[in-house]
Amino acid sequence: MRRFSGFAVAREAMRAHKGWEKQWDNPELKSSYDVIIIGAGGHGLATAYYLAKEHGITNVAVLEKGWLGGGNTGRNTTIIRSNYLFDESAGLYNHAVKLWEGLSQDLNYNVMFSQRGVMMMAHNVHDVQVFKRHVHANRLNGVDNEWLTPEQAKEYCPPLDISKSARYPVRGAALQRKGGTARHDAVAWGYARAAAARGVHIVQNCEVKGIRRGASGEVTGVETSRGFIGAKKVGVVAAGNTSHVMQMADVQMPLESYPLQALVSEPVKPCFPCVVMSNTVHAYISQSDKGELVIGAGTDQYTSYSQTGGLHVIQHTLDAICEIFPIFSRMKMLRSWGGIVDVTPDRSPIIAQTPVEGLYVNCGWGTGGFKATPGSGHVFAHTIANAAPHKFNEGYTMERFTSGRLIDEAAAAAVSH
Amino acid sequence: MNAPVSIQPNRIPGKGRLSAADPLRFTFDGKTLPALKGDTVASALIANDIHLVGRSFKYHRPRGIVSAGSEEPNALLGIQRDVARHTPNIRATVQEVYDGLEATSQNRWPSLKYDIGEINDIASPLLSAGFYYKTFMWPRKAWDKVYEPFIRKAAGLGKAPVHKDPDHYSSQHEHCDVLILGGGIAGLSAALAAAKNGARVIICDEQATFGGALHFDSDVTVDGMDGFSWAQKVTAELAAMDNARVLLRTTAFGYYAQNYVALIERVTEHLSAPRADLPRERLWEVRAKKVIIATGSIERHMVFANNDRPGILLASAARTYLNHYGVGVGKNVGVYTANDSAYAAAFDLKEAGINIPAIVDVRDNPNEELLAKASALGIRVLTGHGVMAAGGKLRVSSMSVAPVNGGANEVIAVDSIIMSGGWTPSVHMFSQSRGKVTYDADKSRFVPGVYAQDCVSIGACNGTDNLSATIDEAIAAGEDAARAVRHNAKQSATAINATGGEAWEGTLIGAAPGAEAGKVVKAFVDFQNDVTAKDIRLAVQEGFHSIEHVKRFTTNGMATDQGKLSNMHGLAIAAEALGKDLPEVGLTTFRAPYTPVTFGALVSHSKGTLFEPTRKTPMHDSEVAIGAVFEDVGSWKRAWYYPKTGEDMHAAVNRECKTARTNVGMFDASTLGKIEVVGPDAAEFLNLIYTNPFLKLGVGKLRYGIMCREDGFIYDDGVVARIAEDRFHVTTTTGGAPRVLNMMEDYLQTEFPHMKVWLTSTSEQWAVIAVQGPKSRDIVSPFVEGIDLSTEALPHMSMAEGTICGVPTRLMRMSFTGEMGFEINVPADYGRAVWDTLYQAVEEAGGCAYGTEAMHVLRAEKGYIIVGQDTDGTVTPYDAGLGWAVGKKKTDFVGIRGLKRPDLVAEGRRQLVGLKSVDGRSVLEEGAQIVDDPNQPMPMKMIGWVSSSYWSGNAQKPIAMALIEDGFNLMGKKLYVPMANEVIEVEVCKAVFVDEEGGRLHG
Repeated sequence: MRRFSGFAVAREAMRAHKGWEKQWDNPELKSSYDVIIIGAGGHGLATAYYLAKEHGITNVAVLEKGWLGGGNTGRNTTIIRSNYLFDESAGLYNHAVKLWEGLSQDLNYNVMFSQRGVMMMAHNVHDVQVFKRHVHANRLNGVDNEWLTPEQAKEYCPPLDISKSARYPVRGAALQRKGGTARHDAVAWGYARAAAARGVHIVQNCEVKGIRRGASGEVTGVETSRGFIGAKKVGVVAAGNTSHVMQMADVQMPLESYPLQALVSEPVKPCFPCVVMSNTVHAYISQSDKGELVIGAGTDQYTSYSQTGGLHVIQHTLDAICEIFPIFSRMKMLRSWGGIVDVTPDRSPIIAQTPVEGLYVNCGWGTGGFKATPGSGHVFAHTIANAAPHKFNEGYTMERFTSGRLIDEAAAAAVSH
Repeated sequence: MNAPVSIQPNRIPGKGRLSAADPLRFTFDGKTLPALKGDTVASALIANDIHLVGRSFKYHRPRGIVSAGSEEPNALLGIQRDVARHTPNIRATVQEVYDGLEATSQNRWPSLKYDIGEINDIASPLLSAGFYYKTFMWPRKAWDKVYEPFIRKAAGLGKAPVHKDPDHYSSQHEHCDVLILGGGIAGLSAALAAAKNGARVIICDEQATFGGALHFDSDVTVDGMDGFSWAQKVTAELAAMDNARVLLRTTAFGYYAQNYVALIERVTEHLSAPRADLPRERLWEVRAKKVIIATGSIERHMVFANNDRPGILLASAARTYLNHYGVGVGKNVGVYTANDSAYAAAFDLKEAGINIPAIVDVRDNPNEELLAKASALGIRVLTGHGVMAAGGKLRVSSMSVAPVNGGANEVIAVDSIIMSGGWTPSVHMFSQSRGKVTYDADKSRFVPGVYAQDCVSIGACNGTDNLSATIDEAIAAGEDAARAVRHNAKQSATAINATGGEAWEGTLIGAAPGAEAGKVVKAFVDFQNDVTAKDIRLAVQEGFHSIEHVKRFTTNGMATDQGKLSNMHGLAIAAEALGKDLPEVGLTTFRAPYTPVTFGALVSHSKGTLFEPTRKTPMHDSEVAIGAVFEDVGSWKRAWYYPKTGEDMHAAVNRECKTARTNVGMFDASTLGKIEVVGPDAAEFLNLIYTNPFLKLGVGKLRYGIMCREDGFIYDDGVVARIAEDRFHVTTTTGGAPRVLNMMEDYLQTEFPHMKVWLTSTSEQWAVIAVQGPKSRDIVSPFVEGIDLSTEALPHMSMAEGTICGVPTRLMRMSFTGEMGFEINVPADYGRAVWDTLYQAVEEAGGCAYGTEAMHVLRAEKGYIIVGQDTDGTVTPYDAGLGWAVGKKKTDFVGIRGLKRPDLVAEGRRQLVGLKSVDGRSVLEEGAQIVDDPNQPMPMKMIGWVSSSYWSGNAQKPIAMALIEDGFNLMGKKLYVPMANEVIEVEVCKAVFVDEEGGRLHG
């Protein structure tokens, strides 16, 4: 892999950029691999990268039915934070934030991780109680998160309307300064390039049609649109399509899939310095490096596999945005889209071995998977390599839904991820 | 205001449809300019010989007006009528001039002509597609602090508004038989045919006048008149029909499921002094039985070196400016084309007296007739030639022409170039409807293929080129649609006779000669985002082989025009670089909106007090009158506390709590959710919904009930009254009312459909007044008739029906304070009167009203939980110390299996206990975490958290409730609450701080 750098860019500028190589190859498929990852989104690619980098397992293929990074990795609003309540979540997401902080250098790919701060607005007494609980728990878990008065919140984010006359006045905010955003496509591409450089095969337009099992039920490989490919270990990282894929191995998943919509405005000069989330008013917003306001909210109410959601969800999201930021009323929506998110009963992910030998699954990220990408890939690679969980995903089992040991951030916090 | 037309140097007398009798003035970058009524800002600027109007996104290259429509990528301006109404990124080609309009160019500093950002153009070899992914990584900290702020400042286009929007918006839902998108000759013909056959028709078009291509195509004659005049006649005809609605300046921007189409109408933005009651824009949400898509096609530019110089524009745009606006785009206009349509434009310009130095046609053998006509007009045509580069910077000054197959360059001086690479059918709305396009290899274009909804495409957007074929198709579509939805309608044939409008042949997708692979030139594919042909090739070179990857890596098609000009070119260049056929590479997804839509219009009325309705109890105004301070609880305003003069919250709450315990207090409990559960199986149903047993609850008795989710965790709680054998009055928490009703309905319809039970929300039918305290009976009894209030007749947790203050009541003897008390339910309309009467009595007795804060303290003194505060979706009834409320003999209820799961019966679960502050004065912070050892290193092992905490005036100490691991077994144990600056020592105790025996309840 030719290294990227300012120097390399300057050198290529002098020769019409003729020297840039393919960022990843389109390799010849082998008949078998040590590990097959199904799904070339951020989590799947990160898993492959860390398998190669941390565990020396380079005989790996990542199979993707479409184009890499084309699912939720390339559709989300790129918010990164780790100010979660429960120890399991704080551990996992903070692990991710630490990896984010060095990710551009590690991958030699600028993923534009921007620690501009994530501010979560409290609008009533209940919000205050909930967010203060988070602030206290985060402090003792070593996760940065601080409480701001309405005036401090306004100082941090000047466009905020903190007038008392608002329908839901701002009563304060929890701010995680280390939170922020990253460039979603670059995350997928950076992992793909770095994994490919270590020998991982990234195979696009290759749909998995079946999972083949051996005499004692163990995984032996996958049937694909390009034929059978053998593997002793298969990791499923297929987001909204996880239920389908796992069904191929006769594993029922505790998942429901919902459309989640987002939108961007036309690009404008810098006017919004951080990420703001409001659960009560129900929306979140940041401004991209390109200048677009990036806006999202909760999922559509009905389960669906359609990547087009209803207009009313967009409308309600913008109601909320203009309620907190009335100055944005004359801005214009440039583009809206949807993705399919897979949601578990406790809205926390599953990163675990499955009852099928050799079959591993990483799913259920709901509306909040992007922020975890490096951490998720890192611990999932560990789980696959060692056939045992990393300390940060010990709690994220499939069995917790039968044992009752849930990690229910949403119920505890009434906060969307 | 009487600017003579003559000072608009490019306005051509006798041309166009605007009247010199209607002069207007507007400003551009502070300079006042004349215009005519009907001008767009773009046509007025060109009339004033201004082509330089903006700077591009990345390289800050000088840019001019490219189009005459909504596909415009370059001419984006800040527009305002006053400071508060500043709006960025408005297309000059769409915005109509009104008197006093102020337009400002964007993305330049210090001025449009001298822009410091132009340094990016010089540095452009460094700034190739995706360069930012490859650099700015060292040193690590510099990204946030140095590089990113710099990039952000350079990016963006206009400036965001800084004032609250003074305008208002409106929205309207509409149903119709046939919705027609586009008011060109196809759409109008279809509308006429449909409306004449009785269908209820809506037709919309984004322009200020109907006509579509008839705005520029002067060769068309319809029913004996020129095409544009015909369009106006038909528009008037449709507008006069009762069953047709005509929407001008209205863009169909989103096509959703089941023929639900969203339109946006610009209502006032073309008026100099709009009426204040008019909305700025109106959102139309239309549900149509049939949709006819007649969105036409969009001309493509030619991708050649420096094709972005101001003065270079689409041929059809030049023709529009001439034939509609009476404006010449230059005096000496070069033509560069791969399509016949540019000839028609050249002929019109020539006939208007504009010099055409040459038509450069990449084709070797264009249409003979066109060549003959050019020759007759004295226009030189260079076939088999290409424009290798445009000269000039702030305005095009020349074109360098050479044979396509190589040969010497000839430089031809021009002050404008018009171009045409052929036409792209507008399949946006068809694709948004989830239809699948198909590739017409013959003409190198995508056209509608497989339909997903009940719609049909007609005319140019369907790939129908020929005028009479278009009209036939349109009439058939209109008549078919009408007959399909109006079976009995009278049939009326529509006949339209048109001549002219020859089909235009020729196409060029991708890079033009001179900008092929290997040529290091700036031939722009996407103008606004500064994507060149070589950027697209670089993406392919670097392994981005999916068209979606190419788009994202180069940002091609992601600008505010959403790729209306650039997508096909980008696709063709990528396909060539990949060595694949175009359809193999595939199209990117067409996404709503078609053109950008104002947030405010989507919000419409849902703002301020209408953002979410504010719910107020019937007694709200009386509470205001006695000085209540309110808090938001869900969508309700609830009286939080009632400060007397000089009292702060703390003092008021202490007084209210003390008064309720020693005398009497009154509380507005109307916000509690209430559900009437009725039917022969009502008791059986509640027995399944609640953990408690309900079968044996006697008529006239109350029971505190807990309901769980399937997972066994507490979902809601409340008191249930049995009014009759088959009738229950169920109460829920304030926030839980809708979700509890939903859950009950869900179970009734899916799990227990055999049960005869009916659920009715009565939350807003009952006003509820809690009267609590030792004197509560004395207060209430004088007003009650028909109910014996003695403890013997009406003990704690019982109820009776009768009257109070002469109105019917469901009077419940119950308490959420630990004092003897009553909850008086009266029909909501009487709530305020009963409240006022009782309040007078309470006040005379020395009692007071108390708010939600005092209610919280009073219940915490007794250890009563609040679901959602002391529980959080991870707490079982047992954890909350409410195991007594789980029916031990019950074999089924919602959550019974969940409650048996191993982790829910494990030792050491977090359990709800009381906490005392060892120092006797520290009031803990709600949400604070509890540890066993405050000196352990981070991260600390947290064993619980404080769910409720108050100063109790009655107990004269701080009181708290907390969920702590194994809490029930830790009574008396010292634990610690580490705060940011101190550690507070606490002691575990029972969660009851007043009247542990509970005797006060019984009065």
